[in-house]
Amino acid sequence: MATVDLKDVRKIYPSGVEAVKGVSIAIPDKELCVLVGPSGCGKSTLLRMIAGLETISAGTVAIDGKVVNAIGPTERDIAMVFQNYALYPHMKVYDNMAYGLRNRGTPKDEIDSRVRSTAKVLELSALLDRRPRELSGGQRQRVAMGRAIVRNPKVFLFDEPLSNLDAKLRGQMRIEIKNLQRSLGVTSVYVTHDQLEAMTLADILVVMNAGLVEQTGPPLDVYEKPASTFVASFIGAPPMNLLALTGASPSSVLADGTVIGLAPRLGKAVTLGFRPEDADITFAAEAPAGALALPATVEAVEPVGAESFLHCVAAGSRIVVRVSGRASAKPGDQLRVVARSEKLHWFDQAGKRVD
Amino acid sequence: MIGQSPLRTFIAHAVLILGILIVAFPIYYTFVASTHTLQTILKPPLPLLPGDQLLNNYSEALFGGIGRIGGVSVGRLLFNTTIMALGVAVGKIFISILSAYAIVFFRFPLRMAFFWLIFITLMLPVEVRILPTYKVMVDLGMIDTYAGLIIPLIASATATLLFRQFFMTIPGELVEAARVDGAGPWRFFFDILVPLSRTNIAALFVILFIYGWTQYLWPLLVTNSNDMNTIVIALRKMVSFADADTQWHLVMVTAMLAIVPPILVVVLMQRWFVRGLVESEK
Repeated sequence: MATVDLKDVRKIYPSGVEAVKGVSIAIPDKELCVLVGPSGCGKSTLLRMIAGLETISAGTVAIDGKVVNAIGPTERDIAMVFQNYALYPHMKVYDNMAYGLRNRGTPKDEIDSRVRSTAKVLELSALLDRRPRELSGGQRQRVAMGRAIVRNPKVFLFDEPLSNLDAKLRGQMRIEIKNLQRSLGVTSVYVTHDQLEAMTLADILVVMNAGLVEQTGPPLDVYEKPASTFVASFIGAPPMNLLALTGASPSSVLADGTVIGLAPRLGKAVTLGFRPEDADITFAAEAPAGALALPATVEAVEPVGAESFLHCVAAGSRIVVRVSGRASAKPGDQLRVVARSEKLHWFDQAGKRVD
Repeated sequence: MIGQSPLRTFIAHAVLILGILIVAFPIYYTFVASTHTLQTILKPPLPLLPGDQLLNNYSEALFGGIGRIGGVSVGRLLFNTTIMALGVAVGKIFISILSAYAIVFFRFPLRMAFFWLIFITLMLPVEVRILPTYKVMVDLGMIDTYAGLIIPLIASATATLLFRQFFMTIPGELVEAARVDGAGPWRFFFDILVPLSRTNIAALFVILFIYGWTQYLWPLLVTNSNDMNTIVIALRKMVSFADADTQWHLVMVTAMLAIVPPILVVVLMQRWFVRGLVESEK
């Protein structure tokens, strides 16, 4: 129903702290954009600026092609789901959902039909007469969602909505949010620090760090081609293994002097990375040609069931290798970690990707 | 419960009953005195059981008018005092909830300066500023008016502080959710803040009503006409130094009637207060 366009948005607090240092994102109609990053990266501030809860120090925020910098949250026609739900404790579920509509002067019978149909979608029909404190965490979460949906806004804003739920419920609600968002076709901005949530929900993934956007793109693109060492280590669990390179021909010598079986490829690269699932282990002395073969010592084995994670020490750094099924290695084993060269990622001095 | 043995129960009850007797006996005795004729009261010993003058005494006091206080009936006194106590309690709550709202939820220049100004007045007892206040009331022509009784007592730093502390515990998200839901400052105040504060309002109402009811010094200064007296002042005026002049039976009736409204407020508001406690989200 609406696009959201951020152009060089900045937030400078009166104390001089610059929380958001120039962010530009274009979110197409009906898409779900996830802002992900560690705490303090400015993602929540950015969301609050889109909501109109925080003033915009510089740049513009446009909703549906209209710059909204100067107008308040009410007129922006957005709905927000808060981390702690922010339900009105003294109001029944019905009134919680109807409150926004009442304030906008919607006719009574329309409010009633909208609240009841939304409640039906969210399976809240039986709870309409309860008060928030009589609901479980998951139910409160639904009411918070319902309060947003019932208004039929141009944009949904989610501020870490699942962080107070237990793991199982979180997974369930994640799918529900995704389905709802898709079926309602409302442009959404979703803030989270959980990279799994970000990967599974996003149409567009925006990775933020220290007030700046590190990378924007479809989640799998971000996963496969991380633009920086920060993104590489933030997206993916366990994160990408990163090894520092030194020496005259930096691409081939690791920090501890180990020469790896790879020809120097890119002169600028100072960091080498590979994902745990892109690596394998071998006990063979001969390294396969054209692949990274890293002598490593197994420190610990984590069997998860369908897969196992081997925590190894190679060239003085800790690395993780994922092997499917049960691992054949055990702690203390000496082996080689092998990764095909097309699965390797190279990063330069500034941590930027080099291809 | 610890100690279910009969002896412990007995001692516990004995202590409690003794306490009740100590507190309740003077009140009971006042009640007994209010049901006898003046002659019976003045001729010791006073009987311990209620007499037969209950209806006579009470109707005389309530509707007849009492000579020593200018022929004003106790009904009139009760009415005056109720207006004053209600005015003080409602006014104090109204003003302090609004000022706390401004201080907590709005950003304006000198916000903290205003807060400290309010806070500092806590340290000044009413008596300190009573002469200037009296002068102001005289100049404004408010002597012998309900406004004069109520307005000088209407500001409350304590209540402002209480509401402020409560408002500070309201999560910022709730305020923001209301903003996103299109609630302006007034809507937020009436739809969210006031309903959430009703426990505090109920508690404060009880305390402030009694505070207003028992005011002595200020009503004494600001009312000259017997018609405008509050019951506490009138009670004092009814007692003469010469025993013979004092209508003791009516004094006792007035004293009994003077405690009824505060008791009613406590009893009625207590139910409300507990309901508020149970219902509010913590």
